Amino acid sequence: MTVAVPVRDPRRPSWEEPPTAAGQAGKGVVLFIVLAVVLIPLWMVVLTSLSTQSAVNQAGGMVLVPDGITFAAYKQIFTNQLVMHSLLVSLGITIVGTLISMVVTILCAYGLSRHGSYAHRPILLVLVVTMFFSGGLIPTFLVVSALGGYDSYWSMILPTAVSVFNILVVRAFFSATSQELIDAAAIDGAGDWRTLWSVVLPTSRAVTAVVALFYAVGYWNTFFNALLFLPDNQKWPLQMVIYTYTLQGNAMPGSGQNTTGQYFGTQEITPLAIQMAVVTLTLIPILIVYPFVQRHFTKGVLLGAIKG
Amino acid sequence: MTALHEAPAALRAPEEKPVKKSRFRRDRSLLIMVIPAVVLLIVFNYVPMFGTATAFQRYSIYAGFWHSPWTGLETFRQLFADPLFWSALGNTLMLSLVQLVFYFPVPIALAMLLHSIMSSKIRTIVQSVVYLPHFFSWVLAVTIFQQMLGGAGALNQFLRSNGLATWDIMTNPDTFKLLVTSQVIWKEAGWGIIVFLAALAAIDTQLYEAAAADGAGRWRRMWHITLPGIRGVIVLMLVLRLGNVLTVGFEQMLIQRGAVGRDAAEVLDTYAYFYGVVNANFSLGAAASLFKGVLSLLFLLAANKIAHLLGEDGLYRQ
Repeated sequence: MTVAVPVRDPRRPSWEEPPTAAGQAGKGVVLFIVLAVVLIPLWMVVLTSLSTQSAVNQAGGMVLVPDGITFAAYKQIFTNQLVMHSLLVSLGITIVGTLISMVVTILCAYGLSRHGSYAHRPILLVLVVTMFFSGGLIPTFLVVSALGGYDSYWSMILPTAVSVFNILVVRAFFSATSQELIDAAAIDGAGDWRTLWSVVLPTSRAVTAVVALFYAVGYWNTFFNALLFLPDNQKWPLQMVIYTYTLQGNAMPGSGQNTTGQYFGTQEITPLAIQMAVVTLTLIPILIVYPFVQRHFTKGVLLGAIKG
Repeated sequence: MTALHEAPAALRAPEEKPVKKSRFRRDRSLLIMVIPAVVLLIVFNYVPMFGTATAFQRYSIYAGFWHSPWTGLETFRQLFADPLFWSALGNTLMLSLVQLVFYFPVPIALAMLLHSIMSSKIRTIVQSVVYLPHFFSWVLAVTIFQQMLGGAGALNQFLRSNGLATWDIMTNPDTFKLLVTSQVIWKEAGWGIIVFLAALAAIDTQLYEAAAADGAGRWRRMWHITLPGIRGVIVLMLVLRLGNVLTVGFEQMLIQRGAVGRDAAEVLDTYAYFYGVVNANFSLGAAASLFKGVLSLLFLLAANKIAHLLGEDGLYRQ
C-alpha cells in the first residue's frame, strides 16, 4: 500500500481541503485514548470478576489479560443472602418505580400537551418552579419521615417519582403529534384517554423508551435515598451493598470473609473477584437495555432541552 | 380536511375561545391526568419548600414543626459563626472553579472532534461508548476509580511490579479537586457532548462553503464559523453551570469524604447532610441549604444578566 494521493472521500464536500496525515493520526489517537479510558476500567472489572485466584494473584489485583475464566465468584454471590436480596430489592424498586413514574409522566405530559387546554399554563408554571427551587435536603427528609417513609421501600420511589424534565421531554413530543390525527380520533368518538392510548402513545415509542430508561437508571442507581431512609441492611438495594462492602471494605456477611478481609472460603476465588462480581451485576442491566434505547437519545434529550 | 373543520364543537380549535366553564368541562379528563404528578410535586417539593422555615426554629424531631420554638435568625448566626461552614463554602466554590476550567471545555472540544469525523460508523461507536458512564451511579464510578487508581488499584499494582514508587491518588486531600474533576470528566463529559453535537449539526454548511471560497482554511473556519455557531449553546450551558456553582457532586463527595477527610471533601450539601441528618441538628442543616438556595438563585440571575449583556438569550429572553 503506497499512500501517495489521498483518495477523495465522497462524503467530503468538494471545497474542503483533503485531510492531512498528521491531523488524521491525531484524531485517531485522541479517539483511541477516549475509548480506552472508558472501556478499559469496565473490561478490568468484568474480567476480574471472572478470574481465578491464581489469575488475580498473578495480576496483583485487577486483571487485564484473561487467564482462565471461572464463574465461581458468581456462584458465591448467588448463594449470598444479602447480595441476592439486595438484587431483588433493586429490581423491585426499579420495576415498580419506573412503572409509577411512566404512568404519572405520560398522563401529565398528555394532559398539558393539547393546544389551548384549560389552565395548562399555570400548571406548567407549578411544575417548572420545582426545577429551580427546592426545599433542600433537610425539609424533604423531615417530610418523608413524617409520612412514614423511614425504613420503608416507598421512600425509594415516591419522592423521586416525578421528573419535571422528563415531563417536558414527553410533552414536547406529544405536542408534535399531528393535529389531524387527533381530530380524526375525536370524530371517531375517542375521548382524551382513548386518544392518548391509541393514537399518541403508539406514535411516541422513541421518547417513551428514552424516558423510561432515564427513570429506570435513576431507580437502579438509588443510593442516597437508601442511605437516608433504610437503616437496616436487610432492605438495602445493590448500590448500598457495593458502597458498604466494596468501597468501604467492610466484610460482607456470609461471604466467607472475616473482618480483616482475609478470605477463608474455597480457595478458588478472591474477595476482589466477589466484589467485582457484585459490581458487574449492577452493570449488566444497564448494558443490556442501553443498546436498544441509545439511538433515540439525541432526539429525546434535545426535545426536552430546547423546545421545553 | 374540510370535513374535519366542520366537525362538532367537541374538537379543540385554538382559534375559537369557548367560555371558561365549558372549557373546563371539555378538558376535565386532561386535568384529571395532571393530578398525580401535581400531587406528588406538592407533597415532595412544595411542602418541603415551606418546611425550610425550620431554619428559623430550634427544630426538635419530637416536638415536630408545629410545636418547635421559633428562634428568628439565631440559627444563621450559629451557621455563620462556624468555621467549618466557611471551609465547606470555600471548598464548594473552589471545586466549581476547577471544574469550570478543566471540565467545561472538554465536551465542547470532544463534540467538535466528533463532528469532524466523516465516518458515521466510527461516530456512532464513539458516541455509544462515551455516553455509557453517565448511566452508572456515583457509587459505581467511584468504585471503578478506586480499583484503577486506589492504593491497591491497577495503577499502583503496575507501579509496584515495575519497582516504582506507589502513588495513592484516592486518599490524597491535596489533589482531591483534580481527582473529583477527572471523575466528572470520565462520567459526564461524553453525555455533555449531545447538546453541542446538535448545535454543530444546526450550523448552515453554506457558511463553510462561502468561507472556503473566500480562502479561509480549516482553522479559520473553526474560529469564525463553528465557534460562533455554537456560541449560544455554550453561553446557555455556562449560565446553567453558574446557577449551580454551589452544587458540586453531592453523592460523589459523600462517598469519598471518608477517604480524603472532611477538610478536602466537605461541600455545602455534605455539610447540611452531616449537621442536619447525622448530627440531628435539623435547623442548622436547613439553614445551610436555604443559604445555598438563595445564593444559587442570585448566581443564576447574575449569569443570565451577563448572558443578556453578551447578546445571548441565556435561560430566558430579556
